[in-house]
Amino acid sequence: MTALAMAVSDSLTITRRNLIKVKRVPDLIVFATLSPIMFVLLFRYVFGSAIPVPGGLSYAEFLLPGIFAQTVVFGSTITGASLAEDLQKGLIDRFRSLPMARSAVLVGRTVADLLLNVLTIAVMMITGFVVGWRINTSIGEAVLGVLLLLTFAYAMSWVMAFVGLLVRTPEVVNNASFIVIFPITFIANTFVPIDNFPSVLKTFAEWNPVSAVVQGARELFGNVVPGAPEPNGWALQNPVLYVFIWVAVFLAVFVPLAVRTYRRTASR
Amino acid sequence: MTVMTDAIVVEGLAKRFGVTTALDGVDLTVAEGSVLGLLGPNGAGKTTVVRILTTLLLADAGRAEVLGLDVVRDADAVRASIGLTGQYAAVDEYLTGFENLEMVGRLYHLPKAEARSRAGELLERFDLSGAADRPAKTYSGGMRRRLDIAASLINRPRILFLDEPTTGLDPRSRLAMWEFIAELADGGTTILLTTQYLEEADRLADRMVVIDRGRVIARGTGDDLKAQVGGQRLEFTLSRAEDLTEVAARLRPLAFEDARTDEQTRRLSLPVHGGTELLAEALRLLEGSGVEVLDVGLRRPDLDDVFLTLTGHAAEDVPTADETTSEPVPAAGGTR
Repeated sequence: MTALAMAVSDSLTITRRNLIKVKRVPDLIVFATLSPIMFVLLFRYVFGSAIPVPGGLSYAEFLLPGIFAQTVVFGSTITGASLAEDLQKGLIDRFRSLPMARSAVLVGRTVADLLLNVLTIAVMMITGFVVGWRINTSIGEAVLGVLLLLTFAYAMSWVMAFVGLLVRTPEVVNNASFIVIFPITFIANTFVPIDNFPSVLKTFAEWNPVSAVVQGARELFGNVVPGAPEPNGWALQNPVLYVFIWVAVFLAVFVPLAVRTYRRTASR
Repeated sequence: MTVMTDAIVVEGLAKRFGVTTALDGVDLTVAEGSVLGLLGPNGAGKTTVVRILTTLLLADAGRAEVLGLDVVRDADAVRASIGLTGQYAAVDEYLTGFENLEMVGRLYHLPKAEARSRAGELLERFDLSGAADRPAKTYSGGMRRRLDIAASLINRPRILFLDEPTTGLDPRSRLAMWEFIAELADGGTTILLTTQYLEEADRLADRMVVIDRGRVIARGTGDDLKAQVGGQRLEFTLSRAEDLTEVAARLRPLAFEDARTDEQTRRLSLPVHGGTELLAEALRLLEGSGVEVLDVGLRRPDLDDVFLTLTGHAAEDVPTADETTSEPVPAAGGTR
């Protein structure tokens, strides 16, 4: 078997193993589906009753792309926590003692989490339709919107894979990452327009990649007011390009870093 | 005598974790087809040796070869020819027993059909057929350990590493495990086994290496070691600690060395040569002393006795970075 064929085969084996776990642990399905439904309903009806969206767009249309982004970003912690759990339980030792590709455990993990995200986004879209969110563009653009979300989520997964291997405890992965993930998803255009943010936060929000993911998704789903003024800053004016720059940087930095950490790590 | 080749060669192995020295120049060899018992208390460095040999850890100094392959330079080839069962059963608890073995088989790059038939075969062999389709989460400790060993045998490895295979198991599972290991050894598998129990090493291993604080302090066959440690142990538990000195003095003629006493447990251990007739003799010597004996028995020397003889100190429980894990250490019956 060539090295590449081996890496692909091993990664598929690990992906399959991770998906079996999703099937057997109802908590994961609940986390992946129920909590986004809850977020959609809460924000739609609680915040939606008080937050005016410029240009007369309905809050449901404004909100849903934000919730999609927030959910997949939060979901990336699953990657880190699961790897930390495997490490704790000695499974990483087992895998590292096998003649398998050194990248397979990480690729299999991130790919399984990507598939989980597909399910999550599908559930949220259906919930969105029920509460008044609409896709106002072509199928092609809508698919691109989903791909944008998934690509960013996949890159975040690799960041969290590195964190998980470094931190080694699932609980710590969750707690530590929320300290970062909460601000980056909230200091953004996720739930409210950023025009009235205090200046420092506004600048942060304008260059925050999560804002760009949300802006890109809004444009691709057609959840913007036609003819509305362009957002401030190059990043939000070119959200898709800006997101892909982040994705490229994340992957270029964290894939090698995570694989290197995996090779050296042992469940002490 | 036939000349056997060495399946494992370790020379001058050293490893530090921060300020802790885990290994301080370990040399050992394991002849092909034989069983080596690596004996030592917690924290002695046993697991570190296994980790280095199984390519999980890099040594700071020294050399290790498995089947003539360098564990660093030829790590992939080493991984393809060994099996490892760690101290904590590394099975995926969400997967069924069958799925666990099938997965490991696939990761050894066996064709799908072969991975599946091999999984079935091993489940049968390790008495797990009935539980094949249940998630490993529902398995008992002994079943998990058996599944773990089955996983390490998927690829029919020529060399098997067993890191404390019976720690935390109940006596019945331990006996069953001993039988499985003896069977593998009979089948010609080279085995390196770590243990804290002299009895276990004595029963399973052809040769033993005793390590303490990262150094080899003794090596040889079980008989060599027992000859060094000598005889049996006559053990008394008294109701009053004050009587320990008197009992030690009265029984001194029976022993070939001074008795060991422990005030706290009110216990006295006397190295003796001989059998049960000594029990009667000892009790006769105590007649009329007024000493109240709670418990008396004759037992074989254990790791503590080996340590006391070889190092002058008892087998200590010094956890070092290599043998502590973030999981709670399972209660190991028999450790002190």
